[in-house]
Amino acid sequence: MKALMFGWEFPPHILGGLGTASFGLTRGMAMQPDMDITFCIPKPWGDEDQSFLKIVGVGNVPVVWRDVDMGYVSERLGKYMDPQLYYDYRDHIYADFSYRHVNDLGCIEFSGRYPDNLLEEINNYSIVVGVIARAEQYDVIHAHDWLTYPAGIHAKSISGKPLVIHVHATDYDRSRGNVNPDVYAIEKNGMDNADHIITVSNLTRMTVIEKYHQDPAKVTTVHNAVEPLSPEILAIQDKKGVKDKVITFLGRITMQKGPEYFVEAAAKVLAKAPNARFVMAGSGDMMDKMIRLAASRNISDRFHFTGFMKGKQVYEVLKASDVYVMPSVSEPFGISPLEAMQCGVPSIISKQSGCAEILDYAVKVDYWDIEAMADAMYSIITYPAMHEFLKEEGKKEVDNIKWEYAGQKVRRIYEQVMNK
Amino acid sequence: MKTICFYFQIHQPFRLKRYRFFDIGNDHYYYDDFQNEEIIRRIAEKTYLPGNRAILDMIKTSGGKFKVAFSISGTALEQMEIYTPEVIDSFKELAQTGNVEFLAETYAHSLASLGDEEEFKQQVKRHQNKIYTLFGVKPKVFRNTELIYSDDISELVYQMGFRGMLTEGAKHVLGWKSPNYMYSSIMQPQLKMLLKNDRFSEDLSMRFSNYSWNEYPLTADKYISWIASTPESEQIISLFMNYEVLGTLNAAETGIFDFFKALPRFAAEKGISFSMPSEVFSLLKPVDSISVPYPMSWVDEEKDCSSWLGNVLQQEAFRKINEIGERVRLSDNRRILQDWTYLQSSDHFYYMNTKRGHVGFSPYENAYDAFNNYMNVLSDFIVRVTALFPTSIENEELNSLLTTIRNQGIEIEQLRKELTNTKKKLEKKLTTE
Repeated sequence: MKALMFGWEFPPHILGGLGTASFGLTRGMAMQPDMDITFCIPKPWGDEDQSFLKIVGVGNVPVVWRDVDMGYVSERLGKYMDPQLYYDYRDHIYADFSYRHVNDLGCIEFSGRYPDNLLEEINNYSIVVGVIARAEQYDVIHAHDWLTYPAGIHAKSISGKPLVIHVHATDYDRSRGNVNPDVYAIEKNGMDNADHIITVSNLTRMTVIEKYHQDPAKVTTVHNAVEPLSPEILAIQDKKGVKDKVITFLGRITMQKGPEYFVEAAAKVLAKAPNARFVMAGSGDMMDKMIRLAASRNISDRFHFTGFMKGKQVYEVLKASDVYVMPSVSEPFGISPLEAMQCGVPSIISKQSGCAEILDYAVKVDYWDIEAMADAMYSIITYPAMHEFLKEEGKKEVDNIKWEYAGQKVRRIYEQVMNK
Repeated sequence: MKTICFYFQIHQPFRLKRYRFFDIGNDHYYYDDFQNEEIIRRIAEKTYLPGNRAILDMIKTSGGKFKVAFSISGTALEQMEIYTPEVIDSFKELAQTGNVEFLAETYAHSLASLGDEEEFKQQVKRHQNKIYTLFGVKPKVFRNTELIYSDDISELVYQMGFRGMLTEGAKHVLGWKSPNYMYSSIMQPQLKMLLKNDRFSEDLSMRFSNYSWNEYPLTADKYISWIASTPESEQIISLFMNYEVLGTLNAAETGIFDFFKALPRFAAEKGISFSMPSEVFSLLKPVDSISVPYPMSWVDEEKDCSSWLGNVLQQEAFRKINEIGERVRLSDNRRILQDWTYLQSSDHFYYMNTKRGHVGFSPYENAYDAFNNYMNVLSDFIVRVTALFPTSIENEELNSLLTTIRNQGIEIEQLRKELTNTKKKLEKKLTTE
């Protein structure tokens, strides 16, 4: 079976959880022997792991015919893809796009990030996908997150193959209810045109059914999973220089993640347990506000901001932590507590996050319930038995949450839509 | 007879290096040596050395008529000793002319006068000692960090034995009064004060090299004629500014050095003299007292302390250092005391400034960055301080315990001496018998 997937990021160059989930899912699906995946991203860097799937850089696919020789193409694109592919795609240019801004190879360039002209990039992505959809052979189309829904619809209209869309988040989660109408329209259109909708949690499934008015029979939950940690990461030492207990928040410091509840709970814990230290790792538009909040609660000598963390740094922070807290106001899934638990760090998560549906050995509290959150933090750092129990059982639990199983569920959905 | 009272402020803080959360407990060295060295060398090159040379020259050519006062913070002196000892030498040379006065201030150019009386007194004493060891003179006139002044501070300064102090002539304090007289503190009438003349000082510090200023270019002739045209009864013109006015704020190419060198000649023509603050204080009597219930400074439009303690970040950081001050002073660990001094420099708080349209130097990207870095360093420092003595003992109890231990030590020493003395006596007695 062949799947044509559309995504926006792919490790190692990722900006958020979407890239991690795309990687895990495709890897889990590739364990099925007859599964063949072509994964499109706006801008590959050339160092992606292509051992189990084929990566196509949308920015390397021509939409305007250019007479270029093989040598030049392999010099320019050799590190991203097989140069022959460029000519295959060039044979499928379907309209005149010379009025758009293209480079010397006839390709539209992408930032591969989330720039200010995101809607334009989404549109360009969809234009290029018209070429890919004509050139590739596939049985099913799978589009990850709203950025690629228009491309998915476009591919479906060309090939007539079934479209599965994968909802990693909705604008309701990102905006605490104040949706951007442009984004909502793209999301709704994608869902209306999909043959099936995959959501990452039941929480998201309910949002899709209630806020986007979808038929419940068309929406299935496939929970995310985690990749096993590499030995390199397991070998990272705890570099913490203080004997104090460290309680960590890790993620974008934005409204969606509920950072202010973490600060308020920290102030409560410090009143009772002066030996605690708090770390807020990450960056975001609410960071300055949180620094002010911690200062006005008089806890800044025990509340530290590290700024943006990437790659190994994330695990360095986790290894140095005694408790991990994710107080998200609305989290479609939330992969980071699972990563914390893999490192043996007990987690406190909000009931409003999707991963709460599959975790038993994590403390769950309402995001607004600062008292309960402070209470949980205090008991984990004060009672060694509690810490030990959550550490051991939590690790066992996440080690059984595998992408392989998620991949099998997606496979069943593919078969269902193909036989319709 | 009018007199001009020049005073230059010199200060350099020990700027902090990038200090991350993981450094807490692991790394106890906080300073960005590279940056500190680079900055002090640059300013020494542009300002301190040519400035001192110019002033020495002016003193000599004017036949000892030209006089100035300097206030050099302890942290600046330490950096000069490490990186640019030639600057110290040139100050020594200036000190020997007798036409240069050194003022007392807080050692670290700190804000201790606003939060920690005990610390304030200790820092001023340390600074006096430092000046004495380097230049052989004991400062008699006080000048607080960035001219910060309030009635409460005047009380402290008086208690420490100072009878003269320099401060800002802020509009909101003076009202219709002129800064060109001597005033006294309303709390301590014995404490006399010289107030900065804003207009004439800022003509040099802010406007001198500004092309769009309608008085540009400013010549020594014009400047002195302005000063001479102030009312007859106004006798002191206090020109207080950063030493960086010479060579850094106004580059040498703007002609600032030549401007200064021409001042004594034109002043002599108009019958205007130059004086050091202590001379003025001994000659004149205050005309009135001024009351400053809230602290003022010489910075920005507002002339208050909001540049250092205006927002919650600054207040939080300042609260934290004041909380541990007492505990730190109980310690006699030299490295801790040294770091303690360096961490108190007002600059660290200035970098956390979030005032709109703010254009001061900062090694940080923004105020929040400055705050995070400072708090990480301070957290490590607090860990070191609390590790010295158990936190369960109150400061007072700890103090008495430490005194007891110290006294016992002295007592044991004395008893031992006595014992050996009596033993010797006994032996002598035995041998003579």
